[in-house]
Amino acid sequence: MSPTIKLLQGNEACVEGALAAGIQFYGGYPITPSTEIAELLAEKMPRVGSAFIQMEDEIAAMAAVIGASLTGAKSMTATSGPGFSLKQENLGYAIYTEIPCVIVNVMRGGPSTGLPTSPSQSDVMQARWGTHGDHPVIALCPSSVEETFWLTIRAFNLAEKYRTAVILLLDEVVGHMRERIEIPDHVDNVLTRKKPSVGREGYRPYQPDADLIPPMASFGEGYRYHVTGLTHDETGFPTNDTEKAGILIDRLHKKIDNNLDDIVEIETQMMEDAEIMVVAYGSTARSASRAVKDARALGIKAGLFRPITIWPFPANELKQYLPQLKQVIVAEMNLGQLILEVERNVAGKAPVHGVLRGDGELITPTQILARIKEVQ
Amino acid sequence: MRHEIRLSGSGGQGIILAGIVLAEAALHEDKNAVQSQSYGPEARGGASKSEIIISSEAIDYPKVTAPDIVLALTTESYKKYAKNLPANTVVIVDFSVNVNGDTGVLSLPIIQAARDELKRPIVSNIVALGALNAVAKVVSPESLEAAVLRRVPKGTEDLNRKALALGYQLVGKYMLTSGYIR
Repeated sequence: MSPTIKLLQGNEACVEGALAAGIQFYGGYPITPSTEIAELLAEKMPRVGSAFIQMEDEIAAMAAVIGASLTGAKSMTATSGPGFSLKQENLGYAIYTEIPCVIVNVMRGGPSTGLPTSPSQSDVMQARWGTHGDHPVIALCPSSVEETFWLTIRAFNLAEKYRTAVILLLDEVVGHMRERIEIPDHVDNVLTRKKPSVGREGYRPYQPDADLIPPMASFGEGYRYHVTGLTHDETGFPTNDTEKAGILIDRLHKKIDNNLDDIVEIETQMMEDAEIMVVAYGSTARSASRAVKDARALGIKAGLFRPITIWPFPANELKQYLPQLKQVIVAEMNLGQLILEVERNVAGKAPVHGVLRGDGELITPTQILARIKEVQ
Repeated sequence: MRHEIRLSGSGGQGIILAGIVLAEAALHEDKNAVQSQSYGPEARGGASKSEIIISSEAIDYPKVTAPDIVLALTTESYKKYAKNLPANTVVIVDFSVNVNGDTGVLSLPIIQAARDELKRPIVSNIVALGALNAVAKVVSPESLEAAVLRRVPKGTEDLNRKALALGYQLVGKYMLTSGYIR
């Protein structure tokens, strides 16, 4: 075993990814099953000269992350369901004020305090619509420990590149299981936000470049500007002007929607000739992968479609398989969330079936295989 | 090759660490390994469980469904985690475990040997790992020792080496006389 190959938990891999991406600030409030992230960062961040603060609660933690990011620091917080609920208002603030940050949510059973030590995938719609208003969202969903490392880096990159909050949705299984991971000595392509090319006098904080993303000055570097959750114009000050309000909300959506090729990532297994498509993400995709292989061994043409970017939903990627599909199965650890988005995009062209489970246990390959056999 | 291994005992017996060590030993041999454990109330006192899948192939579903090796250090964990096993599962228990007349169980004085011969019952988990590997040959003895030494506190290397060796010896000594027939 070379020194870079390790046996790590998903939560530990998330920490390694954050460090590789150059995290400079963590504000958090520990909560199972995400606690190892805070625990390890508290140990490691001071050693590399970056700041870790345990705040008084999740709301304040999210606020601290936003404030730190405004000073130029790459910032992250981690939580689970109940804490994710508390962060929603400030999450919307980060998206609307275009302040880069990463929010990790290690999903556990809910609602409310629910099942702290058990997995679920029941915050998928909350990640999309948990904060109010018509906002775009980027959310990523790893299926393995190694992928957690890479997607944590990617979450930082997307946050910095598109000046937005990026949600990393782990589930308890991925967060807590230990498996092989190869950690490189050096990670290429670590992105940082675009800084203004004009001096402080000519700087308009919300004036976008051609890519629709405004360069971001760091507080403390001499640039003074106003940041508000109210609808604002290019100066950063509030406005009630409907034209300016329309320009802002359109730009916020377009800066994401125009870059789906860069943002949306999927994995497929044996989809080339598949007639039955199993859609699954996170740890459930591991069970689905097994089920699809077992189905193939029985001569059933099944394949796996795994959204890695879960929001924006990989609609175009999914639709390209529609002509060949006879059945669609969605497996998720909730009572039906992403299945709604799948149904919307399949649009009646094939029946959509659910393998849904909300009791705090990982869906088994046997359950999915049984459904494949049933609908074939 | 593929092994599904379930280690169980009571909280504090080092069951989780034993699982991590075994998984790391497998990585050392360029195999894939996944380790998971039970959390929540049952992980504190009560029955504790650590599960490991080791395979030369990629591991998809990460939970153990049909273990080929089960270890139980307490009667409670035996009752909870050594039920509904495949017929050929290797079951190793501590002497203190009441197996209630079950046959095909290898009963070894793991905790007693750690206490009497090493004066350190805390290394029972490492004795158990040695015994498990002697019976099931999951990894090479060298890989297991290296993995143990990487994880144990500095200054306890000798103690843990002896604990591993003791595990192997227990199997040699009791395999034939324990009524364990496979």
